[in-house]
Amino acid sequence: MGEFKVNDKDIVVPGEVLVTGMDYLPAGGAFRDNDEVVASQVGIVNLSGRLIKVVPLNWRYSPKRGDIVIGKVADISLSNWFVDFGYPNYGAIPLKDGSSDYIPRGADLTQYYSHGDYVVAQITKVSKSKQIDLTMKGPGLRKLSPGRIINVNPAKIPRIIGKQGSMVSMIKQMTDCKVIAGQNGFIWISGFEHNKEKVAVEAVIMVEKKAHIEGLTDQVKAFIEKELGGTKIDKKN
Amino acid sequence: MKRSWEGLKLIKRIDGRKFDELRPIEAETGVIPRADGSARFKIGNTEAIAAVYGPRGLYPKFLQSQEGAILRCYYNMMSFSGSGERVRPGPSRRSKEINLITEKALFPVLDLSEFPGSTVEVYIELLQTDAGTRCAGINAAAMALADAGFQMRDIVSAVSIGRIGNQIVADLNNEEEHHEQGSTDIPIAMLPRTGEISLFQMDGFIKQNEIQEVLKTAKKAIIQIAKVQQEALKLRYKK
Repeated sequence: MGEFKVNDKDIVVPGEVLVTGMDYLPAGGAFRDNDEVVASQVGIVNLSGRLIKVVPLNWRYSPKRGDIVIGKVADISLSNWFVDFGYPNYGAIPLKDGSSDYIPRGADLTQYYSHGDYVVAQITKVSKSKQIDLTMKGPGLRKLSPGRIINVNPAKIPRIIGKQGSMVSMIKQMTDCKVIAGQNGFIWISGFEHNKEKVAVEAVIMVEKKAHIEGLTDQVKAFIEKELGGTKIDKKN
Repeated sequence: MKRSWEGLKLIKRIDGRKFDELRPIEAETGVIPRADGSARFKIGNTEAIAAVYGPRGLYPKFLQSQEGAILRCYYNMMSFSGSGERVRPGPSRRSKEINLITEKALFPVLDLSEFPGSTVEVYIELLQTDAGTRCAGINAAAMALADAGFQMRDIVSAVSIGRIGNQIVADLNNEEEHHEQGSTDIPIAMLPRTGEISLFQMDGFIKQNEIQEVLKTAKKAIIQIAKVQQEALKLRYKK
């Protein structure tokens, strides 16, 4: 029978032995070395059935098919937009995927997305050499209007979104801001009021910093209430 | 009269340590907020800071590898870091060598296959130097890479083991490295879990049968260092 070297929900570091014996299978963030299962990332141990994995606390973004990402149009060729989304290679949006409308051949591509515009796009293809194709066809995929782009650790994005979007929808509701989180760690925040937008940014950064703490939703709620409550009193004066 | 050290035995180290005792170690991560990963490693009076950036685009194109990202390390001693004499800034023959051995010590544990055609850069700055700087640099760099969230087979720990007279000692300081009896300095980097060696250099002479003792001492020291590194990586999230 396998012998556990760590407990469930412990923080582990690369090279730390999680369990010995052949009873458990390594999943993400862990690997098998002879009869030991070893962590390969800094993260939290997660045991489900016979699978043992390490949920990383920090990771380098690696694009996957289907990811929604936010990026900046960095270059335009005759038939492609090239988007910088925080990965070494640019993602290419081919002309045919540029818009749900028909784009005639030879059109001026800057009319749709120009240099420096931020866009929300979806990854359609990741080749073996990590050439990435993006599309703008799909619900919610568009050019972003003025707002703020903040860059957080991509490992924290699931926490910022929350269970079925609970965290992000709470931030949206309480601050009247529009928030879009890309899987690549870029978050777009846009609000009508400057101070509310600022609170939304601070709330997102707070979630990133405290992502591994339980009961964070209540903390963030209290934080936003406190901040917005404070600004209301200021206005009356 | 000619003085001879033959037959004389080292009975105590200059700073009062035991022969296999390390200098006090301090380590922390996340010291550079703008970097993707960072760490500080201090052993005795030797202090190194490492920052990791990337993966990012790599040019000129012939340097790119389709197997995965390449690792580039930049070792630098601060101009005020030495024993009073100003260290000339900029690359030197020595720092070029250390860049290379640091890369070779760290690359085998890293899995960078997710990022072909790009580069991961590690900048190592020595704030204060008192021998064993390349080992301190490797320790800090290994922590910084783990902190950045790269997949690693193991952490890498390094220590310099030396010989003064006939005595094998761990973690020499600057005085010991320039001992008048003549000393040998052997920087070793190991993977603490498996005991695989990823760096082994030597400056000086050593007898064949002494190598075994050197490796034994190194293994013991490296397990101690690895423990400090691992604790430091966890501490960032235990607030």
